[in-house]
Amino acid sequence: MSHSPGFPYLTVLVLLPAAGALVVALMAKAPRKALEVLGVAISLATLGFAIGVAVLFHTHTGGFQFVSNHDWAQALGIHWFVGVDGISLFLVLLSTVLFPIVLAGARTKNDPRSFIAWMLLLEAACIGSFISLDLILFFFFFELTLVPSYFIISGWGYAGRAYAAIKFFVYTFLGSAFLLVGILAVAFIHQHQTGVLTFSLPALEHTHFSGTTEVLLFCAFTAAFAVKAPLFPFHTWSPDAYSQAPTGGSMILAGVLAKIGTYGIIRFDLNLFPQASKDLAPVLLTLAVIGILYGAIVACAQRDMKRLIAYSSLAQIGFIALGTFAFTTQGLTGGVLLMVNHGLITAAIFLLIGWIYERRRTWQLSELRGLQTPAPVMAAVFTVVMMASIGLPGLNGFVSEFLILSGTFLVHRWWAVAATFGVVLAALYLLWAYQQGFHGTVDPVNAKTRDLDWTERLVIAPLIILIVFLGVYPKPVLDRITPSVNQLVARVEVSTHTHQPLVARYGTAGAEIAAKGQR
Amino acid sequence: MVHAAFLMPLFPLVGFAVLLTLGRRIGDPWAGWIGTAAIAGAFVAACVTFAGLVGEPASTREFTQTFFTWIPVGGLQVKAALYIDPLSMTMCLFITGVSMLIHLYSIGYMKGDRDYSKFFVYLNLFVFSMLVLVLANNLLVTFVGWEGVGVCSYWLISYWFQSESNASAGKKAFIYNRIGDVGFLLAMFLIFSKAGSLDYSVIFAHKDLIGGGVATAAVLLLFLGACGKSAQIPLFNWLPDAMAGPTPVSALIHAATMVTAGVYLLCRVSPILQLSPDADWVIAIVGVSTAFVAMTIATSQQDIKKVLAFSTVSQIGYMILAVGCGAYTAAIFLMVCHAFYKGLLFLGAGSVIHGTEDEQDLKRLGALRKVLPWTFGTFIFGWLAISGIPPFSGFWSKGDVLDNVFAKSPVLWAIGLVTALGTAYYMTRLFYLTFYGKARWREPAPDRPAHHTPHESPWVMRIPLIVLAVLASVAGFIDLPVGGLDFFNTWLDPVFAGSLYNDHEHSLTVWALSVTDAAVAVLGLFIAWRIWRVRADRPEFEPRFLQRVWYWDDAYDAIFGRPGEALARFSATVIEGRIIDGAVNGVGSLVRVTSTKARRFQTGYVRNYALAIALGLALIIAFMVSRVWWS
Repeated sequence: MSHSPGFPYLTVLVLLPAAGALVVALMAKAPRKALEVLGVAISLATLGFAIGVAVLFHTHTGGFQFVSNHDWAQALGIHWFVGVDGISLFLVLLSTVLFPIVLAGARTKNDPRSFIAWMLLLEAACIGSFISLDLILFFFFFELTLVPSYFIISGWGYAGRAYAAIKFFVYTFLGSAFLLVGILAVAFIHQHQTGVLTFSLPALEHTHFSGTTEVLLFCAFTAAFAVKAPLFPFHTWSPDAYSQAPTGGSMILAGVLAKIGTYGIIRFDLNLFPQASKDLAPVLLTLAVIGILYGAIVACAQRDMKRLIAYSSLAQIGFIALGTFAFTTQGLTGGVLLMVNHGLITAAIFLLIGWIYERRRTWQLSELRGLQTPAPVMAAVFTVVMMASIGLPGLNGFVSEFLILSGTFLVHRWWAVAATFGVVLAALYLLWAYQQGFHGTVDPVNAKTRDLDWTERLVIAPLIILIVFLGVYPKPVLDRITPSVNQLVARVEVSTHTHQPLVARYGTAGAEIAAKGQR
Repeated sequence: MVHAAFLMPLFPLVGFAVLLTLGRRIGDPWAGWIGTAAIAGAFVAACVTFAGLVGEPASTREFTQTFFTWIPVGGLQVKAALYIDPLSMTMCLFITGVSMLIHLYSIGYMKGDRDYSKFFVYLNLFVFSMLVLVLANNLLVTFVGWEGVGVCSYWLISYWFQSESNASAGKKAFIYNRIGDVGFLLAMFLIFSKAGSLDYSVIFAHKDLIGGGVATAAVLLLFLGACGKSAQIPLFNWLPDAMAGPTPVSALIHAATMVTAGVYLLCRVSPILQLSPDADWVIAIVGVSTAFVAMTIATSQQDIKKVLAFSTVSQIGYMILAVGCGAYTAAIFLMVCHAFYKGLLFLGAGSVIHGTEDEQDLKRLGALRKVLPWTFGTFIFGWLAISGIPPFSGFWSKGDVLDNVFAKSPVLWAIGLVTALGTAYYMTRLFYLTFYGKARWREPAPDRPAHHTPHESPWVMRIPLIVLAVLASVAGFIDLPVGGLDFFNTWLDPVFAGSLYNDHEHSLTVWALSVTDAAVAVLGLFIAWRIWRVRADRPEFEPRFLQRVWYWDDAYDAIFGRPGEALARFSATVIEGRIIDGAVNGVGSLVRVTSTKARRFQTGYVRNYALAIALGLALIIAFMVSRVWWS
């Protein structure tokens, strides 16, 4: 709880897009262009504040920064309690980067006012989820994300949107019912032990649970997060939702909302229930590995580009879970980094697919062919993003993937070995998809496909730059994530009386000590 | 002067950046000249660094240049740094040199291509990646280069992407390499878990932390990576398909440089290899098997580039065999000589293809010696060198390998010798079918008309042929098997100290072996000359089994391909559709059926639920805001 400047940056980060949503919603008569500019401006201003937070953020400390804690409903023990650490900082940045790109690049002609308003509200809810340190506050934002997402899918989606939206809503809603029960139970147990009713995460961390209770509570929390992420086998809403949502919806669903699930696991499961997390790790690791391989195998059979990316995301989320439940510095840091990287990569892919749809009115691979001939720039951009997703070193995906796998290998060798084969499969389905869509002789229908114009290039450029930059020089990000991860790993270690291999923390020096110990 | 080392990768990187942004505007031919100039710069930087390194005493010929920390997470600290020692220096010299020549050649070869500048974009990026691969000071940065050359290879194989088969060939290469990469990745995980670092110097200094069993596992995993990249059994069959790329690409990537990266990697980690005699045997046996199998296939291929591709596989098999025998210097020596003569042969083949308007079928060539005099004149040296005729480079370098193998195992040596016989045979077959016999290109074939008279290539393509012909002839003299004249051996001695077999051989044995090598080469030449000198149509010497590559692809398709597709379809339809999603929808409809009684409250429209949540949340917000206001 180190450092909190006078200005309430984080509160502004939530209120600005929320207020923006309200303003846009009220501007009934404004022309479309003005609304679009306003939407982008508000989201850019939010990005500006987020960058401010990142610049002022103190490196090399693990605790929460920019903390502001105000009583809200004192009788109920609810606080406006927000703060960021290295784990949440980059998720906030990810959200604030993606929303302007959605608003600028994935516009809609049909009722833009509502679309922009819902998007801005969704941004507020996403940022709120990542910075909440009060469980009820978190739950509030967690639930709040559902409403705009539902309306965006059902209002601006494609042919199967009704089914997809309902499935998405009911599924996630059921998950969060468990979460609410879990949160209340934790708070009441804490109240029983200390006499204080609070939902503050740092306070609740000191609650003692009996073994079974902890496992049950862990399951309740994890149910909500596993659906949201989604983790295998709770994923079947996602191919429908991702494919039927409008481009911007898919970008945010897969890029940001999914991360609230994995973030929730790291932030709440690991902090509140370290023992249960550790005990149930083999189950989660197994689900993660199944997700990685199964997602990739099913992706190989997809002929629909958006569904293909949905299954590819399932595999990527599996990697995040794998790193998380390895409980090593590398694994967990890689997991957090992959949340950011996957957000950038999937958003870029969905944006590109959206642009292909705008031109060709389809994203079925059977109907696309030879697009590289008429649209070389689009093909080049697609290639870079695809290679990042495959895990080509030099691009961002590789760094996180390597950290996750090497961190997992230290403690759960065979899970890591199995997951490494996911690397081959990712190349298999993505290169196949690329070949179907972009290679080959172009037919007359596809030959007229327009290449990316300058606006589109400008919109996607930040994503490409970040994909390359984070692949070549991830140090600034890693230097901020690692201290918080170390703190979290240490917390789990103290609570469970275990420790990660010395090599994870101290490298060769650790390896030498470990080797001496064995002799 | 050694501090100029960073310029080696920098030049191609700048060339790549310039051509990527401006290449289309610069166009044909200046984009090609810029690309070539960038590599020439790298070559000069390599020469300068080399001069600096030679100036040092032999024991201190190594230094590290660190740029920045790439991945710092806890105990894993990976730096972007270059490591220059005699081994990486050797690699840099021949890589930049050969690349420069092939860039020059490409200016002519790619003339008039639709995406002329893009070709040089990829080629510059490739050279940059290759230099990163060999210069890295740790396994992970080596892996960066490793994957970088892999992706450039993918792009360049499928360069003419309009053809479905080219696109598939590129994809196949990438995926076979990825399978190998699993090995490379797992080896890194394993080494990090034991040694706590991926830096070569740290790993080698802490060999005791790795230990015998782990070392065997790590070496075999790295070897799997090497099998992918260097096209060895069981992952060799992507390389012949890779011939779909433009011929300069085949020369540069799929003969001279990238495909030998696996050999380099194993030599780089030779201190770990020495911990594991068991792994050495596996490597040696895979190497000799690949050399032999690929040789047999090369005797029966129709396509001039396919013959050379299998020849490359076979030659790399020799290098791997040398590594398995602990003869690292011999492996690198053969790699350098092979880069010269195989580069030459591919460029020569490219000149033939260029001159005959894309004819690659040996049975449609013939009698070209008169119309392509320069190509013919230079090709002779490549042919004699690879066949192992003294005093050309192949005789010395292959001889060096075989001498070492003899010291390890006479059985392996015998297989190697038979392979050498076959090598001389298939190269002579190719030589005669291309340059002698009847001018078969004059006759129209069922599927295409007769060719016009082929034309010799322009001078930008001839110069590289001439330079490489000279190098292929004389490169052997850098390491003569005579004390005092083994310059190359002395130069690499600080890297591979104490790992050479041939020190222990009696000089009489070495002489006897050399004479045997030469005799076998001449015999192979003679047999092929007898069979192929006049007639091109000899099906009895081209069994279908060999033409179909031992049915290797068909077997993989049956074992992995079709079952894999079936598994994917089954997962997508049955498991996903009926079981997992079926359960979800089942629960959904169950709820719908049982809740008909509560219809009045539950309208079944999610929209209403969503609105209810929104309303509820709005109320909560209002409540909270009011609390803040009044508190």
